Amino acid sequence: MAAYQLQINGKKINAEAAADMPLLWVIRDIVGLKGTKYGCGIAQCGACTIHIDGSPVRSCQIPISTLSKKAKITTIEGIGEIELHAIQEAWIEEQVPQCGYCQSGQIMSAVALLKDNPQPTDEEIVASMNGNLCRCGTYSRIHQGIKKAAIALKEGTTSPSNDK
Amino acid sequence: MKHSANSRRFFIKTSALAGVGLVIGLPKLQGEALKSITKNLPPEFINLEINPFIIIRTDGSITLINPRPDMGQGSMQAAPSLLAEELEVSLEKVTIIQSDGQSKYGSQQSGGSSTVRGLWYPLRKAGAAAKEMLIQVAASRWATSTDLCFAKDATIYLKNSDKSFSYGELAEDAAKLPVPKNPKLKNPADFTLLGKYNKRLDIPSKVTGKAVFGIDIEVPGMVYACIQHSPTIHASIITVDDTQSLLVKGVEKVIRCKRTMPHRQSDAVAVVASTWWAAQKGRSLLNVKWDDGQLALTQTTDAYFQKAYEAAKKEGVRHEEKGDFLAKFNSASAKLEAVYETPFLAHAPIEPECAVVHYKEDGTAEIWAHVQGPDGGLADAARFLGIDQDKIKFHVPLLGGSFGRKAYHDYLSEACFLAKELKKPVKVLWTREDDITQGPYRPGMLSRVQGMVSNGKLTGFHHHAIGESIVGQVFNGLKPDEADPWLSGELSTENNQYQFPVSKVSWTHVKTDIPIVWWRSVYASNFGWGQECFIDELAHLAGKDPLEARLAILKDERFRKVLETLAEKANWKEKLPAGKGKGLAIFASFGSISACCITVSTSGKGIIIEKAVSVIDCGHYVNPDNVVAQTQGNIVMGISAAIKDGITFSNGKCDQTNYHEYQVLRMNETPEMEVHIIQSGAEPGGVGEPGLPPVAPALGNAIFAATGIRLRRLPIDISSIS
Repeated sequence: MAAYQLQINGKKINAEAAADMPLLWVIRDIVGLKGTKYGCGIAQCGACTIHIDGSPVRSCQIPISTLSKKAKITTIEGIGEIELHAIQEAWIEEQVPQCGYCQSGQIMSAVALLKDNPQPTDEEIVASMNGNLCRCGTYSRIHQGIKKAAIALKEGTTSPSNDK
Repeated sequence: MKHSANSRRFFIKTSALAGVGLVIGLPKLQGEALKSITKNLPPEFINLEINPFIIIRTDGSITLINPRPDMGQGSMQAAPSLLAEELEVSLEKVTIIQSDGQSKYGSQQSGGSSTVRGLWYPLRKAGAAAKEMLIQVAASRWATSTDLCFAKDATIYLKNSDKSFSYGELAEDAAKLPVPKNPKLKNPADFTLLGKYNKRLDIPSKVTGKAVFGIDIEVPGMVYACIQHSPTIHASIITVDDTQSLLVKGVEKVIRCKRTMPHRQSDAVAVVASTWWAAQKGRSLLNVKWDDGQLALTQTTDAYFQKAYEAAKKEGVRHEEKGDFLAKFNSASAKLEAVYETPFLAHAPIEPECAVVHYKEDGTAEIWAHVQGPDGGLADAARFLGIDQDKIKFHVPLLGGSFGRKAYHDYLSEACFLAKELKKPVKVLWTREDDITQGPYRPGMLSRVQGMVSNGKLTGFHHHAIGESIVGQVFNGLKPDEADPWLSGELSTENNQYQFPVSKVSWTHVKTDIPIVWWRSVYASNFGWGQECFIDELAHLAGKDPLEARLAILKDERFRKVLETLAEKANWKEKLPAGKGKGLAIFASFGSISACCITVSTSGKGIIIEKAVSVIDCGHYVNPDNVVAQTQGNIVMGISAAIKDGITFSNGKCDQTNYHEYQVLRMNETPEMEVHIIQSGAEPGGVGEPGLPPVAPALGNAIFAATGIRLRRLPIDISSIS
């Protein structure tokens, strides 16, 4: 066990964990942020997607000891804290979630996509989202939601969230 | 109990726990008894339970109880909407909570697409009865007739006046009235909520990560357990060496435990730790010697299907028959016979199986488990713990997908077993590998089909269903010479409405000990494939277009309308270039009729699924957008089941372990989709499952149309059709 200082959603958090504990379990069971989900543990489903320094990563694959001390972690709880992100607004507008379990990961992937590529093509959306499984089958609405959010961001009808 | 400054929260919590409150209409809680409960309590603390599903407090706050857990199918909106429509309250202004298994809520099982069709009248009546009681109180206060009062937005108004009472102001007196037995229900034409587009109120919490699923439950003092199951399902333990496991920091204990399935109990080893990560690490360091015995090793899907194909050479047990099928078949000149196969499948909800159980020193227990039925979960937990149901407080958090899986309580049995040993809260969480390698699964099945045609018309059809029985294995309820009674819901002529001069449904039971259970749309997900592909084969034998051939033997207007609408929306009659094809299929299940048309094009050796159009007639429904969403989900899951590898067992072990080996459909494989709802105004049918059964056969028929290749075995490798 070792003590780690993490920066999650703009807050400094101390966590004591085994060196090989994946960030997913640190975030969920030590820090207590339950929005990030476990689905497979082998980076196949994307339910555990978070951002490190703004880039989407599978938190089940990152032992806490390998994390850079300066790493800025963003979880679903850090997206749209004050005002919903355009992606979250679009998810509600398009009524994307069914069971909702995979959606934290879907949203983290989608937010990262629009940050790097504000006007993605259909192919680019598929390429970015293909690593996120949804067993309820909400893919067409996810796709539509991203397109809607991209338009909203372009027209400035909604503000991109504060990715801390 | 002391009343401190924060006692309100405390009271509400404990009152729910103890079931205290004013239960209107129950004689034992009327009059003095009722007063004695509420005495000494400030009015806003009084829970007025108009009936089990509606609680109106004197401060005006309203709580509606949803009796059917939400696994994504939308019951958190659907069931309360039935109450709210008649009660005249807005869902935005009420609190919706999940029922806890108590018998006063009746059946609470989400399954069989039964929420809306099962609750359409009971919950509307509950809402209407409460409204009538509130109106009665208002009318008596105004010394007027109830006819001059009306309800709107949680308020009773006096017509042609500015007088009104909020429900909260009326609730206490309403509580003293008897509950009307036959309240007047609204005319569907007057619905303001049912049948209208309304956003699901559970969705905002699902986009912010705040929604609480089974896996998210954490209670003080809780420990975590990760369980080593038998790799061959039914092996027994010879020895456990836990030396290395116990060295893992955080691991507290290693306990031999049991996994209870309906048909068997198997050995397992639980590693209990302060975090789940430590528990699963400890588990990976266990050295368990298993005795596979005879049973475990003989469980292979190859052996199972071999037996099933043997059975397909013989006649089965007759389930129903119209005319003398065999005689007509034997004498027919134009006839066909074929065998269709569907594989075993895992449900693989993204949230794996999980339960938190706290068995206390005083012999009571508190449980948080994402079961599909709180009542069944409570009953099973009482059995697993060996205590009475009234000693258990049962909570059902959201289900992160289920598709039938979480109604099988093996994971709950493990948590109960460990909780009794540990006497502190324990969370059992399965790994993805547990979920995929342990089952239960949709059973693999064969459809042996026979049929004949005459003068361009389909004249006979025999569906011989072959495989393991859910009724048999899960409920131990199948007699040796009896056809699985659930077939009647799926394959009967009454269900498919095809008007054959002669027809027959029969059954052969092929047993396996591989654990099985219902999977989205149950047997319809298996037998839709054989039925609808074979109807296509017969149509081609008769020289008829598959749509025309079906319409020629369908009299039922609703079936015809579904097919005709599908043909129009999918542009069935358009001329397609070579290498393209459309296929269609129709199947009725769970009280609804659904049809699907899929368009494919050839690409190299394989095909591409270009588009799926589905039509559903589910009668009255709650939210059209949710009907569309569920049907889209069924197209995706139906295609996944048709083209992705199934579950196979070799030497007693599941060959697939995680999503890389048991693949499910991804975004790049999802075709363009269209869903159309028929406004039939018929009695409500199911929505969560009926969209699935026609998908695979529509695909098989489309592949035939595009390539001339008739596929009879799922899954289909669409990268190489042969």
